[in-house]
Amino acid sequence: MTDILDTVPDLAPTPSQTVGPFFGYALPYAEGPEVVPGWHPDAITVRGRVLDGAGAPVPDALVEIWQADADGRVPSGVGGLRRAPHDFSGFGRCATDPAGQYWFRTVKPGASGPDAPHIAVLVFARGLLKPVRTRLYFPQDAGAHEADPLLSAVPAERRPTLVAEAVAEAVSEAGGTRTYRFDIHLQGERETVFLGI
Amino acid sequence: MTHPPYLYPGYRSTVLRAPARELVMPKLGPDSIELASPVFGHQELGRLDDDLTAQHSGEPLGERIIVTGRLLDASGRPVRGALVEVWQANAAGRYAHLGDRHPAPLDPNFTGAGRCLTDDEGRYRFVTIKPGAYPWRNHPNAWRPAHIHFSVFGTAFAQRLITQMYFPGDPLFAYDPIMQSISEQKDRDRLVSRLDMDTTTPEWALGYQWDIVLGDTPMEA
Ligand SMILES: [Fe+2]
Repeated sequence: MTDILDTVPDLAPTPSQTVGPFFGYALPYAEGPEVVPGWHPDAITVRGRVLDGAGAPVPDALVEIWQADADGRVPSGVGGLRRAPHDFSGFGRCATDPAGQYWFRTVKPGASGPDAPHIAVLVFARGLLKPVRTRLYFPQDAGAHEADPLLSAVPAERRPTLVAEAVAEAVSEAGGTRTYRFDIHLQGERETVFLGI
Repeated sequence: MTHPPYLYPGYRSTVLRAPARELVMPKLGPDSIELASPVFGHQELGRLDDDLTAQHSGEPLGERIIVTGRLLDASGRPVRGALVEVWQANAAGRYAHLGDRHPAPLDPNFTGAGRCLTDDEGRYRFVTIKPGAYPWRNHPNAWRPAHIHFSVFGTAFAQRLITQMYFPGDPLFAYDPIMQSISEQKDRDRLVSRLDMDTTTPEWALGYQWDIVLGDTPMEA
């Protein structure tokens, strides 16, 4: 007997369309930028701006991140939207503000296999007919970057666009939080490396 | 490639936002983060999230409709338990968004945002009202055909898709650069729902069917 699914031909994917300008009351949610709770001892902040080809901020972009935990494990349980209070969801979503800025509070992911620690980043925006995908790597892992299969496939002069910049400790009620800046240039001289996946 | 290009000058906002450099095609190992996806549970959604006509004290104005279909992978297998999010204009073509300046009335009984998880057959289902067409400033006398925005997750972050569902026979298709950015007619047709009399509920609501197919997940060659 043949499994009926084996007889189904490959289907063409549904085409992408822009997220448009009016997603702001539907997709963002309160805990979206908080991949870990604020009291988490290893919390880091990742923030940056989304910029267009003229260097102008993109105030209507939606940034999503997806990552492994501090031990390099990819979350497999539910909780993408409503992280349990003590948990780590691995998924974050933040709409850019009028200055094109986004932020996330998360932990630095652990390494897994040959890959240097990284966060998958996806950006949707008005004017993007399909999302741009990239990865955020960390500046202190320069050694591991040499061996990273993805970074190795990127021309050396463009690799810095994938590495966040450490900025001075920011002080919150909870104390110091290590902060990384990762600007995403959709176009232009410093265009971020985007992935064709 | 069924997806539109990044740069489509007829849609003006793409001009300064479309990446111009070549994309990097990474070889992904089986453990790559892009091949896994966040997982969502029923307890994360509200009870009325899938009924956009029931989120306020009164009924919204407009034509009540049922929109349903299956979320499939490239082999036609159902994608189960996937998060589907929708948002749309009201029957007059106005979004409940502060930035929407279209001088059409807001409806106090309609927000126009919903969520659901696909069932064991990969099926999603929303009750809503048919959105109106609306003007935008892309070019003189520019109007968007009626549409519902859809955001879906698959089993891999690489399959993440945001798109728009249209209604059959809309005369605005030919004038819409967002839809026309897709080069082939057969691919544009993939975004058009069909009226389905089996989904239609007598004396209550018209039903539309629209299946969503996610892309292949790229693996290390
Ligand atoms: Fe829209």
